[in-house]
Amino acid sequence: MKISPVLNTFTRVVIATTLSLSLAACTKKSNNASQDATQNAAGDTILVGEVGSMTGSEGTFGTSTHNGIDLAFKQINAKGGVKGKKLALISMDDQGKPEEAATAVTKLITQNKVAAILGEVASSRSLAMAPIAQQYKIPMVTPSSTNPKVTEQGDYIFRVCFIDPFQGTVMAKFAAQNLKLKRVAILRDVKNDYSVGLADFFTATFTQLGGTVVEDQAYSSGDTDFKTQLTNIKGKNPEALMVPGYYTEVGLIARQAREAGIKVPLLGGDGWDSPKLTEIGGVAMNGSFFSNHYSQEDKAPNVQTFVEDYKKIHGVAPDGLAAMGYDAAMVLVDAMNRSPDLASGNIRAALAATKDYPGVTGRITINEKRDAVKSAVVLNIDNGQFKYQTTINP
Amino acid sequence: MIEFFQHVVNGISVGSTYALIALGYTMVFGILQLINFAHGEVFMLGAFIGMYSSRYFGFGEHPSLWALLAILALAMVGCAIMGFLIERLAYRPLRRSPRINVLITAVGVSLFLQFSGQLLFGSDPKFFPQVFQPSGDWTLGGVRFNPLQVIVFCISIVLMAILQTIIFRTRLGRAMRAVSFNHDLASLMGIPTNAVISYTFMLGSALAGAAGVLVGLIYPKIEPLMGTMPGLKAFVAAVLGGIGNVTGAVVGALTLGLAEAFVVAYYAPTFRDALAFIILILILLFKPTGLFGTRRTEKV
Repeated sequence: MKISPVLNTFTRVVIATTLSLSLAACTKKSNNASQDATQNAAGDTILVGEVGSMTGSEGTFGTSTHNGIDLAFKQINAKGGVKGKKLALISMDDQGKPEEAATAVTKLITQNKVAAILGEVASSRSLAMAPIAQQYKIPMVTPSSTNPKVTEQGDYIFRVCFIDPFQGTVMAKFAAQNLKLKRVAILRDVKNDYSVGLADFFTATFTQLGGTVVEDQAYSSGDTDFKTQLTNIKGKNPEALMVPGYYTEVGLIARQAREAGIKVPLLGGDGWDSPKLTEIGGVAMNGSFFSNHYSQEDKAPNVQTFVEDYKKIHGVAPDGLAAMGYDAAMVLVDAMNRSPDLASGNIRAALAATKDYPGVTGRITINEKRDAVKSAVVLNIDNGQFKYQTTINP
Repeated sequence: MIEFFQHVVNGISVGSTYALIALGYTMVFGILQLINFAHGEVFMLGAFIGMYSSRYFGFGEHPSLWALLAILALAMVGCAIMGFLIERLAYRPLRRSPRINVLITAVGVSLFLQFSGQLLFGSDPKFFPQVFQPSGDWTLGGVRFNPLQVIVFCISIVLMAILQTIIFRTRLGRAMRAVSFNHDLASLMGIPTNAVISYTFMLGSALAGAAGVLVGLIYPKIEPLMGTMPGLKAFVAAVLGGIGNVTGAVVGALTLGLAEAFVVAYYAPTFRDALAFIILILILLFKPTGLFGTRRTEKV
């Protein structure tokens, strides 16, 4: 009986020592993560991590992007891979939640030791991931996060798409110059950085070009009833309604706008790009316009080859996000090929030097802010189909 | 001025969707003094049963009033079965436990259904087939009415009347009121208490199922988490009208709908969801019995 307190103390010491040792090991591990990643790349495969919203309310964003990346990797591996090594993709689902995206990217870097990260689609989730990738100095290429803040997180963060100012500007130019409109109303999603960014830059350019924003109303993502805002908008008789939100709400907004008697076209950005848009919105979406990264009707041979290859594997035509995923993967591969070795610093430098890469979403040049400079297309929704309308250059 | 009346119409139309959900909520509370937080999820299940059954029968391509009535019936039966199962499996074993245990279980059932829904249906939004499309718009002096929402408004008034009749004019209703008054005494008088409680749950859940189909028809985007906010709003509406009071629930829901429309129209759209809970807090502070509640006298 007397011995037990002694044993207890002894046990405690053992536990304490083990704990502190393992803690020390953990800290050491994370410090060396980027080094380990390079060592891992010295094997016969190159691991690349992908974080996307495969499920959740924006599920089609993640799955389309994944299909695009998947196609790119299959094609590269069929041609012998990169520097004689095969590419392997590790995909993580963040369910559309920023906190899950942060956990996923940490796991990919510290446990899977990936050489680079592809993702996310949504700016809010890329913003959660970017500081982590930057901290471990692992290059991260986002296919389609258009909020300017994303690449401002550090010099390891890149994107292959244009940024919100440009999309807002494109739609403002399109409204003022192509459609010759003077009076436009805005209905923005105040919970969404992307939507607010587009609305602000639209307003700036549109007023500069001589137009007036007659009404600026707001909603929160997740709302289902917009009739009150639309009643206020109808009172101002706009010639078009700019709704820079995600397809989840835009379909309902279009329906309710038509019910409220607003017959004018709706304008939007790449957040509309989903088959669910016309499924939910139905005929109410017809005659509306949105800016996007690419059109599958583009006659350029590389685009048509991509569309054919994608259809062969996935059975459907690629949407814009699939094309962006494909380009993000291809730009990363291109940088790995040009880089002298697979150390993360060298991949980063090669990415930053990307110039005139002929992607399926246009020629991609990475500027000093690590953003892609490229043209945008405007699509028209005609009878439920997305038709190519025009290309607007930077 | 036309805009003002349009806001009133919009507010009433949102309010009548809350009313449909609030009816079942308030009835279950009236009989059992149990706040069934899973009610919003039964509403969600109603919408999904409606969606899958109309896809199965191809009603989306051939819209008609009969199609709507058929899927309404299916959703109501499906939800009644769900309500029965929830009560039998989650609440009945706790009949003799303190009320707080049942309340926490209700929250648990609600979360369980939300996340099972995500697993089963997938969490991306689904399109609800337009099984019934009344033609054209109705306008009155520049104010527009969506015919569907007029129908929903009428249905919620009719359901309210039916509920009142069931509760105050039938044998089952009398048994419900007896159980509500005193469980033990009711069973001593030969009332099958458990059966009466099951009926109450099935009736309330069937109402939620009907609400799911009708809301899905008006806002044709449904997802497994769609029940959370409307469920809470309906709860606030029920408390506002005096929880346990059927007429109060409808009046409370319409008041809440109107208040929301005015806040969005003249103040800030982002304040819409906060408003409901400010109303809840104010009611609990200053008139805990609600607009129509008088302590234990008009309890259903």
